[in-house]
Amino acid sequence: MISGYLITILITITIYAMLAHSLNIITGRAGQISLGHSAFFGIGAYTSALFYTRAELSFWISVPLGTIVAGMVGALLGIPCLRVRDDFLAITTMGIVFVVEAVFLYLPFFGGAMGIGGIDLPKWLGREMTKPEYFILIFIVLILLLLLDRRLERSWLGLAWSSIREDEVAAGAMGVDIVRFKVIAFILGSAIAGLAGGFYAHFLTFIMPQNFGFGQSIVILCMVVFGGIGTRWGPIVGAIILGILPEISRPIMEYRTFLYGLLLVAMMRFQPGGLLGEESVLPRVFRRIGSSLRKSGED
Amino acid sequence: MLIQQLANGIAVGSVYALISLGLTMVYGILRILHVAHAGIYALGAYVGWFSFRLTGEFWFSLFIGMAGSALAGYLVERFLYSPLLHLPRIAPLIVSIGLFTAMEEAFRIVAGPHTLTYNAKIGIGNLSLGSFQLTETQLLILLVTFLILIILWVVLSRTRTGLAMRACAMDAETASSFGVNVKAIVAVNFLIGSAMAGAAGVLIGVYDNQVWPTMGSIPAYKALAIVVLGGLGNIPGTVLASFVVGMAETFFIGILAIPFPRDAVAFVAMILVLMFKPYGLLGRG
Repeated sequence: MISGYLITILITITIYAMLAHSLNIITGRAGQISLGHSAFFGIGAYTSALFYTRAELSFWISVPLGTIVAGMVGALLGIPCLRVRDDFLAITTMGIVFVVEAVFLYLPFFGGAMGIGGIDLPKWLGREMTKPEYFILIFIVLILLLLLDRRLERSWLGLAWSSIREDEVAAGAMGVDIVRFKVIAFILGSAIAGLAGGFYAHFLTFIMPQNFGFGQSIVILCMVVFGGIGTRWGPIVGAIILGILPEISRPIMEYRTFLYGLLLVAMMRFQPGGLLGEESVLPRVFRRIGSSLRKSGED
Repeated sequence: MLIQQLANGIAVGSVYALISLGLTMVYGILRILHVAHAGIYALGAYVGWFSFRLTGEFWFSLFIGMAGSALAGYLVERFLYSPLLHLPRIAPLIVSIGLFTAMEEAFRIVAGPHTLTYNAKIGIGNLSLGSFQLTETQLLILLVTFLILIILWVVLSRTRTGLAMRACAMDAETASSFGVNVKAIVAVNFLIGSAMAGAAGVLIGVYDNQVWPTMGSIPAYKALAIVVLGGLGNIPGTVLASFVVGMAETFFIGILAIPFPRDAVAFVAMILVLMFKPYGLLGRG
């Protein structure tokens, strides 16, 4: 039987993978820097938690509602944000986190510093889900999201995004409706972050404003960048590695954050495309192994 | 009461100006969001504190703090940022965030997690005009900031180096074709900007009478908001925005007592201004 400890790590990593994937839609696909992703994660978590505890709706309704609200807020905040240039965008989105966190912390409706408790794991078949079952549920959702991502990449939407990412001015000149496609990326990315937030709230069973602060945004961004920005599997790999890292580095607890910072610096300095990005060592090694395997198969 | 708050607001705004100016100068020339600038600021406070412990001379420790920060800023530019300039903007941003995290942790590991007291004797005395009072440290902040701003203004507007700095901020390529040594100017920018951050660190250390490992974490992000508010890369705009934010914080939180976190004021102001002026208070699109 899988231990509770392991399953907790697996669930955390899956939720982080979902978050990294959702940020990758905004940053990797559409090329818009966002430092405010944890705000949408938080909005999803809080919405879902409030509907569950106050309106007493079931998990199966409250989590989709959280997703929708996060997407709507994403649209609302995305529109003024997208008026500003790239670096302004980075800092404006950062501002959103501080403001959203402050709202959660200071409005009594959101439970203040104590947060919201009493959020349970979902019920099905007349009983509460076990943790392994919950893991399977969110894992399936993650797979579905990745399949959707593959569909989108090959659609007109994906094409429009990559044209905006590569050269916004040229895309505009070719008749691509830049604002519309950027807002779509924002809505989709925020909504998926909200979904992850709902899953997170029901897994932790209580949430606090601090769970969704600026540090969390940075962690999500690091996962995306670490794995390879704009690649499909990069953010997932980033989420797995950075999710496992705190667990295996328990013996060096004291220096953990220090090494984490240095790792980021070294990564960007020597491998800026991320582990799975272009010009990285790993894909080249994989390709070489792949081609040599094929060759040995032919012989 | 009102004038007293005004004085507090100006003192806070002065420190913000010292931190933000370096950021805006770096952005103006390299287009990098230099989050680790706040690490340089905290480093200045630590170096200043250490040299004060050794010598007991406040003005000497202020100078050493500035020098230490300037050197660190130069090294960051030379070895971390300059090899990354050809990459998308997100690369130096991530490096900066990683470096800042590592610096904060390094302070904690080296100097300990507790706060250190920076109990310096400055020897300029309090200033009181009737009911209006400036404490010695407030007076110190005002004097040092005023002096540094004047020096910066003279350098930028009256010297050849300053001319070259302004030219590089406008268009580094064109400046380089007119014979400006852009690399040297970038280095000068980092030296000056980091020295100002170091001064801010020492001043806050004395003002709050404490130096602590995470003293940079709030300025790191607030200074970015201020810089954006002033119109990224715009020096007068940054000074204006610093005082606006310093005042707004003191007035809204101190006088109106709105139950709102002090540190979110800068971001609310920034988002409100950007809705109407997408390039900041004094920025031109």
